Amino acid sequence: MSDERKLSYGQAFNEAVSQMMEADPDVFCAGEDIGAFGGVFGTFLGLQAKFGEHRVVDTPISEQAIVGLGVGASVTGLRPIVDLMFMDFICVALDQIVNQAAKLKYMFGGEASLPMTITTAGGGGLSAAAQHSQSLEALLCHIPGLKVVMPSNPYDMKGLMISCIKDNNPTVMIKHKRLLGMSAVVPTEAYEIPLGKGNILRPGTDVTIVAYARMANEALIAAAELAKEGIECEIIDPRTLQPLDTDLIVDSAKKTNRVVVVHEAVRFGGLGGEIASQIQELAFDYLDAPVTRIGAPFSPVPFSPALEQHYIPDAKTILAGVREIMQRNVIRG
Amino acid sequence: MEISTTKQFDLHRRMVRIRLFEEAAGRLAEANRLPGFLHLYVGEEAVASGVCGALNDDDHITSTHRGHGHLVAKGGDFNRMMAELMGKATGYCKGKGGSMHISDTSLGMLGANGIVGAGSPIAVGAAFANRYRGRGQVAVAFFGDGSTNIGAFHEAANMACALHLPIVFACENNEYGEFTPRHKTMAITDIVDRAAGYGMPGVIVDGMDVIAVHEAAVEAVERARQGGGPSLIEAKTYRYYNHHGIQNLGLKYRPDEEVAAWKQRDPIFTFEDRMIENGVATREKVDEIWAELRQDIETAIQFADDSPYPTPDQIMVDVYTKSSTSDTTVGTKS
Ligand SMILES: Cc1ncc(C[n+]2csc(CCOP(=O)(O)OP(=O)(O)O)c2C)c(N)n1
Ligand SMILES: [Mg+2]
Repeated sequence: MSDERKLSYGQAFNEAVSQMMEADPDVFCAGEDIGAFGGVFGTFLGLQAKFGEHRVVDTPISEQAIVGLGVGASVTGLRPIVDLMFMDFICVALDQIVNQAAKLKYMFGGEASLPMTITTAGGGGLSAAAQHSQSLEALLCHIPGLKVVMPSNPYDMKGLMISCIKDNNPTVMIKHKRLLGMSAVVPTEAYEIPLGKGNILRPGTDVTIVAYARMANEALIAAAELAKEGIECEIIDPRTLQPLDTDLIVDSAKKTNRVVVVHEAVRFGGLGGEIASQIQELAFDYLDAPVTRIGAPFSPVPFSPALEQHYIPDAKTILAGVREIMQRNVIRG
Repeated sequence: MEISTTKQFDLHRRMVRIRLFEEAAGRLAEANRLPGFLHLYVGEEAVASGVCGALNDDDHITSTHRGHGHLVAKGGDFNRMMAELMGKATGYCKGKGGSMHISDTSLGMLGANGIVGAGSPIAVGAAFANRYRGRGQVAVAFFGDGSTNIGAFHEAANMACALHLPIVFACENNEYGEFTPRHKTMAITDIVDRAAGYGMPGVIVDGMDVIAVHEAAVEAVERARQGGGPSLIEAKTYRYYNHHGIQNLGLKYRPDEEVAAWKQRDPIFTFEDRMIENGVATREKVDEIWAELRQDIETAIQFADDSPYPTPDQIMVDVYTKSSTSDTTVGTKS
């Protein structure tokens, strides 16, 4: 019976944190409104009641000091989880993330470790406009020293969050706001999904779709539709973006000979460019068509739903991208 | 300070406009007719009105996520505001900004802001430019109590004082940042204590009393205009509704009695009583004002309803400014 138990994506995050706090007294959480209120997205609900104010700390609105708290506490032996309410706010704390957290170990000649997790919520689709909707993962993936995780479903959320907490490096767990309510079976016991290991979300033979977070789910919808047309998509969800499971992606590319990479972030300078490069370097001779990149246009996220619905890629955009790459192959025959 | 009858009506009108706009926006949001986040200014009307009532049209203000009140107080147009909240093409930001980024640069309103604390450094820049041009304009930074915990506020306050700029820091201390009470996030009770650390004068005023706010603002604005440098005003005030929207999210983060006690001191109703008591206004006159402005709101809702949504081809428009008519470097469609 207990295998059947379902949790939402948000609850899976909460359970991972709760179980790790039970297991390790060095784990604590700090962030804005996460204590008494349980976080604006409810992902920290009940944790302060369970573990007390000294382990689930309501902080001032001070993103730089929140991440700094994690840096200082981790380098002196604790295992902090520090929360930045919206991913857009990493910009306020970028020095602590990029110049401090990511680099101390290296700059100290290895004589430091920072087992800290930064948690945040990214992505659009809520008409939250340009400062509360961004997907800035490429920025973080560009920084040596950080690990970056973006789960697409509740099962992965729990396993990846536990791995982030247990990892001895600064990790960034990016929750997608539109997935918080997604529900699925999640084991009750604590389990880990290794960082850097991708997942074949759907096996297929004709074309590979590399997609993560909410876009992985959109790719599944598109794949179901394409299957009716006789196109079998293989969907690779890298789950961890840094380090990236290049082997899994490249192996799939070699098998299907066609790849579409999808993300919600703006296309230019997005992770899709990196993934496409890796594929052309490692599987050039196998490709029947150039790698297709699907992403948002090069503009800030617009507020109006009338614009945002066309701005963020979805199953329809992916369908069109796949149909096009298949057709191109036929023409090139 | 003698506040003229005209000025009293002016301040009253600003407050009523804010109240009506915000109540209407709240009702629309409850009916699911407004997309996105909505941070209402109801309860705090005296602050924006008292301060903006001390400004000239060409003075600048920066605002916060709770920004409608600031724009209304600076003379914002209901139609364009309501259209923006609905995400329509006729809105102040053509549907691209929404509630949290509402702005009117022609009124010197440099934007509501989604990033807590971000407005204050921008006000410093506006104050710098104002002094640089030498036209005697001042800048006002509106900000919440919670935002004084972020680095941007402190850097702005220090720089403004170091450069002796014509600026007023206007704090709306409503005792909460989102759902967390102020006392949990700072070890001082009065935000004004921070002013001394930067070398500027600071005063506490009753933020439910528009005259008190206005008098303090006139003094601070004049000081700035005369080259006397920055000052800080801390207005003790309260937001009636939730941090976001109207409904309580089910979790009690503040006692009902506290909300009720603040409502007893409503900035608009207490001021009306005073105006009537002092023979400045009559009940009939006050009712007339409400009725007239209510009509404006109805017109604005109708205008917004009738307005078209922006079309998808607008997504790539206004990312960059063209540097010349032949400029083709305004972005990539990649
Ligand atoms: C940098 C940043 N951190 C956090 C938030 C989320 N947030 C929005 S409003 C708010 C509370 C602000 O409190 P205060 O400054 O007192 O203004 P009030 O809402 O009370 O008017 C928070 C934490 C944000 N928008 N920006
Ligand atoms: Mg506040």
